[in-house]
Amino acid sequence: MAAIETEKQRGRYAALAIAAVVIVLGIPLWWKTTETYRAWLPFSQINELDSLQLQLSVEVEVVLSRGTLSPEQQKKVPLSQTREQEHQIDAKTVLRYRYETKYRTATIMEEDALNQPSAQEADLSLHMLSESACGSVVVYIIPETSTLLPADVKVYVGQRRTALLRAALFEGTAGLKEVLSTLEPQVKQVVDTMSFSHQDILAALSDRIRVGQVSKESLADSMRAIKSSPGYEITFSLLNPDPKSHSLHWDIEGAVNSYIQPLLDKLNPIANFSVDSQILYYAVLGVNPRFDNSVSAYTLNADSLAHVINPVEARLGSNAASSNPVLNFLLYVPDAQHSPLFIRDHSKREIPSNAFHSPRWGGIMVYNVNDMYGPEAEFPVDINISMSKVMGVFLAQLRLMLGVQKTQPPPGFVLQSAGSEGLADWELDRLMWSRSVENIATASTTITSLAQLLDQISNIVINDNIAQQVSSAVTSLQAAVAELEAGNLAFALQYSREAILASERAFFDPSLLHLLYFPDDQKFAIYIPLFLPMCVPIVLSLLKIANEIRQRRADKLAKKD
Amino acid sequence: MANFIFLPILALINLLFLLTTVHSNSFETKATQFFNSGHTNNWAVLVCTSRFWFNYRHVANVLSVYRSVKRLGIPDSHIVLMLADDMACNHRNPKPATVFSHKNMELNVYGDDVEVDYRGYEVTVENFLRVLTGRLPPSTPRSKRLLSDDRSNILIYLTGHGGNGFLKFQDSEEISNVELADAFEQMWQKRRYNELLFIIDTCQGASMYERFYSPNIMALASSQVGEDSLSHQPDLAIGVHLMDRYTFYLLEFLEDIHPASQANMNDLFKVCPKSQCVSTPGHRTDLFLRDPRSVLITDFFGSVRKVEITREAVNLTSAAEQPVEATSIRKEPKSEPLSYVDQLPVAEIIHQKPKQKDWHPPDGFILGLWTLILLVFFKTYGIKHLKHIF
Repeated sequence: MAAIETEKQRGRYAALAIAAVVIVLGIPLWWKTTETYRAWLPFSQINELDSLQLQLSVEVEVVLSRGTLSPEQQKKVPLSQTREQEHQIDAKTVLRYRYETKYRTATIMEEDALNQPSAQEADLSLHMLSESACGSVVVYIIPETSTLLPADVKVYVGQRRTALLRAALFEGTAGLKEVLSTLEPQVKQVVDTMSFSHQDILAALSDRIRVGQVSKESLADSMRAIKSSPGYEITFSLLNPDPKSHSLHWDIEGAVNSYIQPLLDKLNPIANFSVDSQILYYAVLGVNPRFDNSVSAYTLNADSLAHVINPVEARLGSNAASSNPVLNFLLYVPDAQHSPLFIRDHSKREIPSNAFHSPRWGGIMVYNVNDMYGPEAEFPVDINISMSKVMGVFLAQLRLMLGVQKTQPPPGFVLQSAGSEGLADWELDRLMWSRSVENIATASTTITSLAQLLDQISNIVINDNIAQQVSSAVTSLQAAVAELEAGNLAFALQYSREAILASERAFFDPSLLHLLYFPDDQKFAIYIPLFLPMCVPIVLSLLKIANEIRQRRADKLAKKD
Repeated sequence: MANFIFLPILALINLLFLLTTVHSNSFETKATQFFNSGHTNNWAVLVCTSRFWFNYRHVANVLSVYRSVKRLGIPDSHIVLMLADDMACNHRNPKPATVFSHKNMELNVYGDDVEVDYRGYEVTVENFLRVLTGRLPPSTPRSKRLLSDDRSNILIYLTGHGGNGFLKFQDSEEISNVELADAFEQMWQKRRYNELLFIIDTCQGASMYERFYSPNIMALASSQVGEDSLSHQPDLAIGVHLMDRYTFYLLEFLEDIHPASQANMNDLFKVCPKSQCVSTPGHRTDLFLRDPRSVLITDFFGSVRKVEITREAVNLTSAAEQPVEATSIRKEPKSEPLSYVDQLPVAEIIHQKPKQKDWHPPDGFILGLWTLILLVFFKTYGIKHLKHIF
């Protein structure tokens, strides 16, 4: 009897010991071994980034030349003013513009420069005198009687960061403050054209904000310009549908080096560019041009242009190694039967450039060679393509595609043409403003959505390299926002580029694929066959022990009375 | 009597009005069309998820949509085509290198110009989701990537065997509607599409679009939950069913569309009514911002580019050109005749001896079988017989 009792006691202890081991050792071990490795991410900082509060600071210098101010007014200059403008776009986006304006009078050398016969030469001499920082604007006010600008032109914007503004100022005893307040809206108009306007910034943020707030011109510009990307590929293609008649030679390497490369070098802070070229033989346009008797030439009207691109695009090669967006520029030399070929616009007028472009894709130019040889020439005719004319059109299209060229300037403005580099300094500044804002907005959206994704799905493994990329993206973003606030445009752009690179690398890391959608019933189906056979005897024996204890207590109680 | 004369005159006057207004409106319509759809490029992701010869119809489905999409203008570089099995070169195909969609072999949808990006066992749920979300390893070539941006309209077409809330891939794994919805949401977060058209031709296809929650998605399915999508017609020479009903009538509808067509989505919703399809096709437009009536078929199936005339050109001087001109017309230098290196050493291959394979220990099955035999022997006859063996 006692032996059975000790056996039972031993059995009870065994069951209790097994249950204790399972609970104390087993459950923590199972938990530890089935958890996913998730490196630490700065979630709190990322949440802060979600609400975008940007402050853009522009330094404006207004130089008043002789004849614009009376001597009493001149005594109070130099003077500096700060103007701030705040826009609440939506619940999460606040934009603040800060214009720090410094007024001063012109130095002797600047007066000499402004005495030049034409505005272009004045601009050139002004450049020699000083170099203005990236993102700043210098406005020279010249008196209304000055002959530097033609009569109907109010503002002349130069190649660097200077503009000449002809202003009518108060004569007589008006105080300096009134004079400057009349000047302010005109200066603001110049600054808006040369650095950024509210619409430009809204268009750059078009991913984050609803479309309704952006004006149509800005929307068209943002749809035409290619999105901000760390690198671009530019491909020049020569299409020769008729190699039997025309043997075409184009010095593309020289042309790119002389005409396109300076522009790309100047755009180096914004993105990396790689240029390649190809020649396609027997490549035809997808549409048949119609013969127009009035000009005895073949014409393509504007409606059929949209269908030209697709058949050609199928034949164009591109660099398989990179995933950068491609800008294609095609030069089409019509075959001998269909020469000359002209493009007509919607109102049937001839187009001087004979070229058209498609937003975010590139451009096509038709180059007629029929006047380079007579009917007695021996086929195939050797033809040298005049690259300057071709590159002129391609350069204009490239400026449109990259977002450099915007819609019409305000009336009374004359913009000096870009010159040998293809890009004026203030145009580069404008592009840098919108690109920095776009990069910051995109990077912050990417990081916040990545953080949200990783938070929601607890099954994804977060490796150390992802955590590192996210942290570096967050620090770069904070640095970019700080630099924008301080007005250092070049540094802001650089930090924003780093932020975008890091955030994209983190977001598109191949290891972040969440394939493990585990509904609860699947979890049960996996664990039950493993744990149930083990747990049933343990639970049953524990229940049996509990029952016995209760029984014994009941017996003891019964024995007592 | 007067009415009969009155009506044509009225019609004629109306026609004249219409013509003049159309002509004057064309300029504005071109400008507004720029903003109407908001997209500048088109992509298509076409996936066939089933393998084996008897699923010929799924490959034919996808190839018909591929063919229509190419005909309407989307180039191969913008199409990601995933075929889980190769029907054209299948041993059981009586007409190799062809995939037909009509019986009596009327229409060969395989053609000469098919570019399959993911073939055979590469078509997995993981690769499909990687393509959609963009999380591909850096070594992936351009043709296998979906390089869309925020102004791309994407057409996604899935076909195969499906059920309530899932789609079967390769007969071994499934993608659920929740995963698909999450993938689309990740695409939206990264602005990888402007608008998405999702078409699915499987049994109970409508369950796949139930869980979508990202904006700008329009979805069509060939059958409702609880219904099966049926196949169209078998071909007795090939021996299998050639197409599914929904895609058959969809192909018929698309053959009438040309790049300048103005047909809109409401026409697409009417494709394959219950009388023809036996199942009830469904669609979902609540996530889509525009009215389906204003969405053109070519917004998704074709690639109509927006085009602008280049008005200005930069004035460049040709100073740098003179020295180069003299050298450019020289003839190409004569080179010695080239010959090809033997690519495949055929002689070696034909007379090749079979390779000596290394010795491997016998497989588990053989071992187990021998162990069993030995155990039984010794159990029956006792261990003392061991000395007779060894």
